[in-house]
Amino acid sequence: MAGKHSLFGPVDPAADAGYDEDHPPRKGFFTDTSICIGCKACEVACKEWNDVPSDHFSMLGSSYDNSFSLNANQWRHVAFIEQPKRMGEQESGLRRQAAERAVSLGMPAMGAPPDVLKAEALRGDPPQGEVMLPESGQDDAVDRPDFRWLMSSDVCKHCTHAACLDVCPTGSLFRSEFGTVVVQDDICNGCGYCVPACPYGVIERRKGPEGAKNVGIAQKCTLCYDRLDAGATPACAQACPTQSIQFGDVEELRERANARVETLHEAGIMDARLYGNDPDDGVGGAGAFFLLMDEPEVYGFPPDPVVTTKDLPDMFRKAGLAALGLLAGVAVSFVGKRG
Amino acid sequence: MVPEATFTSYYGRAIVKPSPWEADIPAYLFAGGLAAGSSLIAAGADLTGRPTLRRSGRLGAIAALSFSMVALVHDLGKPSRFLNMLRVAKLTSPMSVGTWILSIYGPFAGAAAGAEVVRMLPARYRVGPLRLAAYVDRPAGVLAALFAPPVAAYTAVLLADTATPSWHAAYKELPFVFVGSAAAASAGLGLVTSPLEETGPVRRMALGGAVAELLMEHRMEQSMGITAEPLHQGKAGRLMRAAKALTLAGAAGSLLAGRSRTVAVLSGTALLAGSACTRFGVFEAGQASARDPKYTVVPQRERLERDAPVRFEG
Repeated sequence: MAGKHSLFGPVDPAADAGYDEDHPPRKGFFTDTSICIGCKACEVACKEWNDVPSDHFSMLGSSYDNSFSLNANQWRHVAFIEQPKRMGEQESGLRRQAAERAVSLGMPAMGAPPDVLKAEALRGDPPQGEVMLPESGQDDAVDRPDFRWLMSSDVCKHCTHAACLDVCPTGSLFRSEFGTVVVQDDICNGCGYCVPACPYGVIERRKGPEGAKNVGIAQKCTLCYDRLDAGATPACAQACPTQSIQFGDVEELRERANARVETLHEAGIMDARLYGNDPDDGVGGAGAFFLLMDEPEVYGFPPDPVVTTKDLPDMFRKAGLAALGLLAGVAVSFVGKRG
Repeated sequence: MVPEATFTSYYGRAIVKPSPWEADIPAYLFAGGLAAGSSLIAAGADLTGRPTLRRSGRLGAIAALSFSMVALVHDLGKPSRFLNMLRVAKLTSPMSVGTWILSIYGPFAGAAAGAEVVRMLPARYRVGPLRLAAYVDRPAGVLAALFAPPVAAYTAVLLADTATPSWHAAYKELPFVFVGSAAAASAGLGLVTSPLEETGPVRRMALGGAVAELLMEHRMEQSMGITAEPLHQGKAGRLMRAAKALTLAGAAGSLLAGRSRTVAVLSGTALLAGSACTRFGVFEAGQASARDPKYTVVPQRERLERDAPVRFEG
């Protein structure tokens, strides 16, 4: 069971947890944020399949993100980031749109309705329905605007070294045969220790809404354990219309991710980078990893997370020394004669 | 003046989540330390013939331990399932380790307190099985004392073994702060409850514990980098300042507490209050550090720029 790399280092998590050699290959997600369109189908599909309550309906003023963060009632969360930055060789499409309008196809168009235009023409005003664009090459902002929208669907990382699982005192959190990390709802007593242990802030104790199931219990993505058991794809990946969320064997996904980042680099999109794919990283590699277009913290990820239990042996050593110090201190206090 | 750290975040939102724990947990940290220190004092007093100090130690320990248990169960999301803590024994979970430490320490502390209660009964009531108490008395007290130090020390690991920036960054010194705090608090209880002729050891322990706590707390802040900030700000800052003032006053008072009962009571009370403030202060600082992405991003960025990403090396 407990091996040399049980707390830190590359390891097959299912084998480390004691599954036989014939356990299924490790499953995970590769979320390619470069093709996420922010449709939130993953959020909806996850809630539908896993019966996750919808309890927050407020406009947060953070682009199109109104679901705030991953939490007990949000197992997929789509982040929206608006940046004054160009995305690779992106084009605005404005010039093409203008050209299409010149040859009218009788399609509904933006701008004022025709009778208004007519009235304006009678008054001698310039027609406002027509798009006035500067000559190509004159104004780069029209053709290639300095604006990009980053979208990313976040999820539990199903770490190789999962702090939530390590610190769980009841055994409610366990490692599945697929190498994923799952809460057993009927075991968890809601101690809440997993919540501060997670370096990504994923797992949370469900606070409500009243009447919802599992209130008071730690909740997070299960990588659709029930669907995996039946050989099906997790709901979010199934629902993703652009294959931004890809499900599969972690090893194969890692290769796919490497190839994808290479393709993007060749296309001149040098911002592309992988996050959580390295089995030597601070959590031993995530089962759910990402292709990002900017620094991790831009998306709300920690830049270089490390599983807290990496330092646990040293913590216990220090505590042991402190305990011995206390024992010795009290003994010395009682040795003196006076008083 | 250190320049304000610049960092990027997602709409200023927290990255790690603060623990869902409320006042129960810092209250438990304090009471657990008080119980542990009191069991140690009671055993010392028993072996050196200080009956009042022994009695207050044993009864103080069981009272503090009972309070701890109620606080721990109350803080659960599903209190009815508290026994699930005993389903497994997990070395990777300080909470599991702590539960088992308490499960071993508790019965001994309880037996010692029970024997103490029997001692307080008039002789004519000490009949039947109650006569066994005399045999249980000292062994239970000594065993409780032997299992007490881990009770005082493990709570530091409980906090440090998290991604909460101001708790994890403190892991090297926090156990020493907490045992110092436990020694000061329990010695404070001894000073409050016992006559002057019995308080010699607890006066020394009060001074030693308070000095250890203050020195190690200072060292802890030096080693924490930017994550020490929350210890100086807001609610946590007020608690930590109060803790320092009270512990210093209590330590100073303990030097004179051999001459005056009034000074002994005042100094003991200050030490108890100081220890409670330390626990609540450290707890609140951690919670605040988790709510601000700065304390997650900046130390990791600093580490990345200083060294490289944390990677496993053979």
